[in-house]
Amino acid sequence: MTVDKKGLLEKFPRSPDVLLALLHELQRANPQNYLTPEDLALAAEHLGLPLSRVRDAVTFYTMFSLRPRGKHIIRVCDSPNCHLFGAWSVVEEIKEFLGIEVGETTPDGLFTLELTSCLGACGVAPVMMVDDEVFGNLRPERVREILRRFKGEG
Amino acid sequence: MRRLQVLLCSGSACQSAGALELKKALVEAIAELGLTEEVQLVETGCMGPCELGPIVLVYPEGAYYVRVKPEDAREIAEEHFLKGRPVRRLLWAGPAPEPRTIPFFARQRKVVLANCGQIDPERIEEYIAVGGYEALAKVLTQMTPEAVIAEVTRAGLRGRGGAGFPTGKKWQAVREAPGRPKYVVCNGDEGDPGAFMDRAVLEGDPHSVLEGMAIAAYAVGAEKGYIYVRAEYPLAVKRLEVAIAQARKLGLLGPRIFDTDFSFDVELRMGAGAFVCGEETALIASIEGKRGEPRPRPPYPATSGLFGKPTLINNVETFANIRHIILQGADWFSQMGTATSKGTKVFALAGQVRNTGLVEVPMGITLRELIFDIGGGVPEGRKFKAVQIGGPSGGCLPESLLDVPIDYESLKQYGAIMGSGGVIVLDDSSCMVNVAKFFLEFTADESCGKCVPCRVGLRIMLGILERIVRGEGNEGDLSRLEELGKLIQTTSLCGLGQTAPNPVLSTLRYFRDEYLAHIRDKACPAGVCPDLIHYEVQPDLCRACDLCRRACPTGAAQGIPRHPPYRIVQELCIRCGACLEACPFGAVVKLPGRKG
Repeated sequence: MTVDKKGLLEKFPRSPDVLLALLHELQRANPQNYLTPEDLALAAEHLGLPLSRVRDAVTFYTMFSLRPRGKHIIRVCDSPNCHLFGAWSVVEEIKEFLGIEVGETTPDGLFTLELTSCLGACGVAPVMMVDDEVFGNLRPERVREILRRFKGEG
Repeated sequence: MRRLQVLLCSGSACQSAGALELKKALVEAIAELGLTEEVQLVETGCMGPCELGPIVLVYPEGAYYVRVKPEDAREIAEEHFLKGRPVRRLLWAGPAPEPRTIPFFARQRKVVLANCGQIDPERIEEYIAVGGYEALAKVLTQMTPEAVIAEVTRAGLRGRGGAGFPTGKKWQAVREAPGRPKYVVCNGDEGDPGAFMDRAVLEGDPHSVLEGMAIAAYAVGAEKGYIYVRAEYPLAVKRLEVAIAQARKLGLLGPRIFDTDFSFDVELRMGAGAFVCGEETALIASIEGKRGEPRPRPPYPATSGLFGKPTLINNVETFANIRHIILQGADWFSQMGTATSKGTKVFALAGQVRNTGLVEVPMGITLRELIFDIGGGVPEGRKFKAVQIGGPSGGCLPESLLDVPIDYESLKQYGAIMGSGGVIVLDDSSCMVNVAKFFLEFTADESCGKCVPCRVGLRIMLGILERIVRGEGNEGDLSRLEELGKLIQTTSLCGLGQTAPNPVLSTLRYFRDEYLAHIRDKACPAGVCPDLIHYEVQPDLCRACDLCRRACPTGAAQGIPRHPPYRIVQELCIRCGACLEACPFGAVVKLPGRKG
C-alpha cells in the first residue's frame, strides 16, 4: 500500500498549492474513501508542509473524511430547490432501504449516506449523486432501483 | 452521406434522467437499421429545458423530442430516421415544431449558450467549425492589449458572478498593477443553490471559457491561468480536462500561440466542498492549497492575488462572453440590455414553474416575462407567490414587483440581487418564513467562521426564526431581525455575510403579514410549519373507511368503521400528515393555526 501511495505522490510537484488535488487522489486510492493519519503525513512530507497545515486544510473541506466511509458515497442534495421537491423523502427512503442514518456507513462497507449542497441539476430535482454519477427526478422506486444496481455491482 | 444530424443532450440533468442509456439504445437501433452512414449522432451540452430530458433534436427538420426513453429509440430510428415520419407523440408541442417557435425559446437570445446543445463539447474541431478561437486569433494578430481592454470596457460587460463589477475596469487594474508574473483565474465554484449556468457552459462549451481566459491573459499580461471548479461537478471537470488537452495539442494553449510572442497555459483546480470558496479571496486561498477563508480587501486581487501577485478573477459566464464581444464588437453587445446592464444574462429557472431549466435573455426584460412567458407560469391550480432571485444571497420578491426589469440596479433597489442568476419560483404552498429560515440555515452552515458578525450573527438570526416557526416568537423579534440583518450586512468580512441576511430582510419587507400570522395567530397560513397547523376531518366527506386510523402513528385519528365521522384528537396529534395522505375521499384537511 505504502509503495503504491509513494508512486502516486510522485505525479505531483513538490509545491504546497497542489495539496487539495493530492488529498483528493489519496482519498480516492483508499477503498474506504477516507484519509488515514498516514496519508496526511505522506502529504505533509511530500509537500514540505507541517502536518498541522495539512490537517487544517482537510478539516475545512466537507469532501475530505478522516473516518472510514463506504465504497460508494451517496450524496443527496438538500438545497432549497431539491428540498421543495421532496429531497427529504429521498433521504428517508435511502435510510430505510440501507438501514443507516445520514453520515453513517452500511455494515457491509458498501454505502455511506451524506447530504450535499446544490449539485446544479435543479431542473430535475430532487437529485442525488452516487460517486460521480448524478441521478435526477428521484422517486422512491427509482431510488431503490439505483441502489440495487450499485449493490449488484458490489 | 450524412442525411440526418441527431443531437443528444448529455448535460448533467439529461444524464441524470437517463441520456446515456438512451444513447446506447439509439446507436444500436441506428446500426440495426443500417443507417450508421446516414445518421450522425452527436452528444452535446445542455439544451435548456432540463425537466423535459432526455432531449433529442433532429436536424434538418428541427424535430424536438422530449422525455425520450431508451425503449423509444427503436421507434424513432425506424419511423423518423428510416421512413422520414417524426414520432409525434414524443415531440414537444405537437407536430415537428421548429425549436424557435416554442415560446420557451422564442423570447430567448442565446449568446453565451449559443453553442450549448449545438456542438460536441469533447471535440475541439466542432468548436472551431463554429468560429471558435477566431476571436483569440484576431486579438493576437490585429489588436493591442489596450485595444482589447477598451473594447471590453466600451461593451459595458459586467461581472456575471453576481456583484456586477465592470469587467473592463477590472482588466485595466490588473494590466496597470506592478509585479510579475500575473495570473488569470476563472471562478467556476458555482455554489449558489439553484444556479447551474456555469456548469452548463463548462459542460457544453468549455472552449469558450478557455478562449475568453486566453484573451484576458493577453490583455492583462498574464501567462498562466487557473480554472477552479467545484468537486460536485465531475462532468464539468472531465470535459475541461479534455478541452485543455485538445487546445494544447493544437497549440491554442501553450507557448507562442498563433506564432506570436504570446504564451498562455491553463491549469485545472478542483474544490473540495466549501461554498465560501466562490468568494474571490477564499478561492485564491483554496487554489494555494489552504483553507478557503476570505481575507479583508483591499488589497484587491488585482494588485495582490494568487501567490501575492496581480490576479484577474472573472466568472465562467463573464469569460464566455468575451469572444462574442471581440468578434461582433462592443456596439453589437451594448445594444442589448439597459443603460447600465448590457448584454444577456443566463438564468436558471427552477421551483414551482412549468418550464424549468436554463434560459438566456437580454438584460432588462421583466420578471413577469421571464417567469410567465418563458417559464410558462406556475403549474395548474397553483397561485404565484414569490420569486427568490440570486440564491441564498438574494431576496424574495412578491407579485407586485413582477414588472421590475432585470438589471443589477433595479434588483438591488428592491432588496434582491442579480447574483449568479438562480431563479426559484414559489407558489402559494410555500411558507415565506420557512423559506427565509431555510436559506439562512444554508449560509449559517457555510459561514467559514472567520469573522464574528457572520459566524455568530447568522446563528442568532436563525435562532429567532426557529422560535417563530415553532410559534414562540414575539413582535419584538421582527425589529431584532432587521437590526441584526443590517448589522451583519455592514460589518461582515466578505460577500457571504454581507448578503446572507437578504432572504430574511426581503421577506420581512414583502411578506410581513406572514411573520405576524406566525407570531400573533400562531398560524402558518401556507400550512407548512408543523407546529402551527392542525388537521381536521370534514364530517360530511368522511366515509368511515378506517384508513386514517390505521395510518396514524399516535392513535390521534379515531372512529369506528362504517360509523362516520371520524375525528382527530388534537392533544395526541403530531401533525405528520399521514391521515391526510391516507384519506381517499379528501375528508382530512390541513388548516393553519395551532390546536391542542
